[in-house]
Amino acid sequence: MLGTALATMRVSPVPPLRWLGTAYVETVRNTPLTVVFFFVVFVLPQVDVVFSYFTFAVVALSIYHAALVCEAVRSGVNGVDAGQAEAARALGLTFSQCLRLIVLPQAVRNVIQPLGSVISALIRNSSIAAAFGVQELTGVVQRLTTANPDSVIAVLLGGVVGYLILTLALAGLLTLTERRLAGAR
Amino acid sequence: MPLVALEGVGKSFGDNRVLTDIDLTVESGEVVVVIGPSGSGKSTLCRCVNRLETIDTGRILFEDKPLPAEGRELARMRSRVGMVFQSFNLFAHRTVLDNLTIGPMKVLGQKRPQAEARARELLDRVGIADKADRLPRQLSGGQQQRAAIARALAMDPVLMLFDEPTSALDPEMISEVLDVMRSLASTGMTMIVVTHEMGFARSAADRVAFMADGRILEISPPDTFFDAPESERARDFLARILRH
Ligand SMILES: Nc1ncnc2c1ncn2[C@@H]1O[C@H](COP(=O)(O)OP(=O)(O)OP(=O)(O)O)[C@@H](O)[C@H]1O
Ligand SMILES: [Mg+2]
Repeated sequence: MLGTALATMRVSPVPPLRWLGTAYVETVRNTPLTVVFFFVVFVLPQVDVVFSYFTFAVVALSIYHAALVCEAVRSGVNGVDAGQAEAARALGLTFSQCLRLIVLPQAVRNVIQPLGSVISALIRNSSIAAAFGVQELTGVVQRLTTANPDSVIAVLLGGVVGYLILTLALAGLLTLTERRLAGAR
Repeated sequence: MPLVALEGVGKSFGDNRVLTDIDLTVESGEVVVVIGPSGSGKSTLCRCVNRLETIDTGRILFEDKPLPAEGRELARMRSRVGMVFQSFNLFAHRTVLDNLTIGPMKVLGQKRPQAEARARELLDRVGIADKADRLPRQLSGGQQQRAAIARALAMDPVLMLFDEPTSALDPEMISEVLDVMRSLASTGMTMIVVTHEMGFARSAADRVAFMADGRILEISPPDTFFDAPESERARDFLARILRH
């Protein structure tokens, strides 16, 4: 969702929105995931945003992968012939109607493959995130002795399993969608 | 009052000056054919009229009002101006019928039965009533272009813009599209037509505008233009095109 919203910003006719979208994607894409994690886990509590480690992991992964999804959606949108959007605008459709009714439905076809690879990256990254969380966080937590490390591990492993179920379900859904579209062609 | 008026219009793409000091008025019911060598700015001129391209200098009036800035006002103005592209640009994921109903339903707020009835009537008028449920790619080029004309007409426009509507077509399909355009002209539709079809210009145009290097060098009734062109450039152009 965040990814599609970002992609909309990046193709919008409003320059500030476009810059914001581009700035976000470029910043996040050029930042290692571990840094994003550090930011979420250590900086957010400084400004009194405190969640469970699981939520932090979700937030970090969302921030990171929204940028990747955005790029996948954007390249899908760019793959749609510009004449389609022009014809839509010439009919008097608004920008959002043009995107919703004409461009995005056609972009979906181009997006399925790249989106698949974003999702598999998400699966891999959640395990990295878990490892990161387990080693670094337990270290920190033990030093601060504010929590029971075992429960942290449990929470993070639970997160990974949750992610796997989620992403595998999504991947299956995508395959189905792809097959249906292939049939419609 | 003219339906469309361009006053001192200028436009550049970066350093490339594409339109210079264009003055053109089009009266209601008039057919103006724009001809000229490749790169002279004909497409750009056409696209400026419904603001698919913005202009740098001068102004464009539609029904005596300057073209609105991007937004709902402009969308409303565009809904009254039909545009037909060289490459058809039918919505590839929608059936021909859907291509014709999407504008009336989403822009004009018509109900589906009304929009479909009108769409079928128009498809019949352009001779492809049997193609309503096909996807665009299942049609020949000539059929696609006729569907695209019908899509534009479904909005009940007061002005139709054509940018080289037959240039992407095989020769045997050109006349079926020109016939549709000719009959449209005879119903009194106001039209601006960019084309290389001199036969169409001669038979359907009220006035012919000749463009070169981003300027309108002359504009006159077709008989005057073809039999006694004023400018050297127009004489050269006609000599080259008629030799082919
Ligand atoms: N989007 C664009 N960006 C930059 N330059 C452009 C753009 N569109 C057109 N031009 C340039 O503007 C000039 C006029 O182009 P235009 O398409 O209006 O000519 P034309 O008379 O329609 O030519 P043709 O008969 O080949 O279609 C050309 O030099 C072209 O390269
Ligand atoms: Mg052109």
